[in-house]
Amino acid sequence: MEINLLTLCYLIGSVTFIIGLKMLSHPESARKGNLVAAGGMAVSIFGTIFLYEENGEKLHNYGWIFAALVIGTIIGTLAAKRVKMTAMPELVSLFNGMGGACAALISVIEFKHITAAVHADAAVPYATYLSIFAGLVIGSISFAGSMIAWGKLNGRVKDFSFRGQQVFNMVLFAGIILLSAYLIIGLTPENQFLFYLILLGALVYGVLFVLPIGGADMPVVISLLNSFTGVAAACGGFLYSNQVMLTGGILVGAAGTLLTILMCKAMNRSLLNVLIGSFGGGATGTQQAVTGNYKEISLSDAAVCMSYAHKVMIVPGYGLAVAQAQHVCHELEKLLEEKGVEVSYAIHPVAGRMPGHMNVLLAEADVNYDKLMEMEQANDEFKSTDVVLILGANDVVNPAAKTDPASPIYGMPILEVEQAKTVIVNKRSMKPGYAGIENALFFQPKTSMLFGDAKAALQKLVAEIKSL
Amino acid sequence: METVLSYIHQHIDIIYIVVLSVFLGIEVIGRVPSVLHTPLMSGANAIHGVVIIGAIIVMGRVEAGNYAALIIGFLAVVLGTLNVVGGFVVTDRMLEMFKKKK
Repeated sequence: MEINLLTLCYLIGSVTFIIGLKMLSHPESARKGNLVAAGGMAVSIFGTIFLYEENGEKLHNYGWIFAALVIGTIIGTLAAKRVKMTAMPELVSLFNGMGGACAALISVIEFKHITAAVHADAAVPYATYLSIFAGLVIGSISFAGSMIAWGKLNGRVKDFSFRGQQVFNMVLFAGIILLSAYLIIGLTPENQFLFYLILLGALVYGVLFVLPIGGADMPVVISLLNSFTGVAAACGGFLYSNQVMLTGGILVGAAGTLLTILMCKAMNRSLLNVLIGSFGGGATGTQQAVTGNYKEISLSDAAVCMSYAHKVMIVPGYGLAVAQAQHVCHELEKLLEEKGVEVSYAIHPVAGRMPGHMNVLLAEADVNYDKLMEMEQANDEFKSTDVVLILGANDVVNPAAKTDPASPIYGMPILEVEQAKTVIVNKRSMKPGYAGIENALFFQPKTSMLFGDAKAALQKLVAEIKSL
Repeated sequence: METVLSYIHQHIDIIYIVVLSVFLGIEVIGRVPSVLHTPLMSGANAIHGVVIIGAIIVMGRVEAGNYAALIIGFLAVVLGTLNVVGGFVVTDRMLEMFKKKK
């Protein structure tokens, strides 16, 4: 390839992606890193539009291209700006699916081109076939899987599995591979419809792959699908010998895979365990029954209990996010500090619906970074804590993870709140949490329940403390 | 076997890019704190939106009268743009929440 402006644009793009990713993995530089990568992306996209040439010919259909860019930009920006904090992981999944679909559609059009070439008895290199089929299959799986993950996170799609699903999935996948190989070796005008069968098979596989995995594991799944889409994009890079698509795609494929593994490690589980899924109903034996009586605590008792404590730890969970109670939570924290109480937050790595969810939420309310403790640190602190206030967290404080081998969450590290002297749990009702399992913590003698929406309950609690 | 070898020989630059990018991708996010997992995932998500370049190339090569291909290409560019723009904006919004330590 001769050196021209476009290659330079692609070089800039590739380098900014690398630098962007690097900066994204450090808290201080993360935001700038995102902008750097976005800038490089803009250079690559506009470079392609204006400078791309093939056999001395520029691209056509500018009207269509720009219309599509404008529509995508408007919808994308609005969706991203309007989305509530709680719905962000869903949106990431949705956008990821769009990327996968894009890769699959490119393959569909390119397949039409090669069928035309086959009609005309022209030879098509195997590498071209391979890129097109890989892009189609991976892109479609990523698209279908992301849509299911999206539906699961917003509660529209329920967990579903049937007997022998693992086997069925494997057979389906093998079928996709065999059919692809068959077409690559001998594509004729008569058997080209099989291409669409592969497309269908890949979509079904994507759906079945994600359906049985529990909602609580969705962040891991989204991260995995994210790296799939990266690989699908790289297939496009092969097809067009396009360096920036290659580097971008492969970088994300590799980084995404590592990130997926890191996320699993944060939950102390293996990727295989997540995928084959103990959440998916694979747990053997019967879970220990959780029964007993729980006691409620009145607002005034809770207020007194916390005001006269030395040390209070707040454990936020999804309930806090849903109720948008982060601001009033910060108010409670300041109020208690004024009274001389030491307050900090214990953050479980997977509290909420995505890793880092709670950090983002509390940062929005101006909670000081230093007050957020990671799990290990928090577990050391609980022993010397007087009151633990749990705000809408459930599975991440469920002792069954340590004591009940039959429990779906067995093995997940938890916040060991029962080491503290008193535990106050704010929940809307006694209904089990996201993983659908009972929590023995609520029935322990040192635990008392403060029912109600997190925001309303905290507001009343703040008022109560002020009037003490 | 010979075709494989000749393929490798012809595309050695691409193969280099792939191999090095794999190592780079792993290396570059090696020590990310768990707090940043989600924004990083979201940022990486936006970066693989680079697939849009493929969509633009496809679109730009379609002959003017081929409406089936034009419509599919159009859809691909819209979806790709959603991935890129939405991805970067949502990542920025997430990171906006992270204030610097004093």
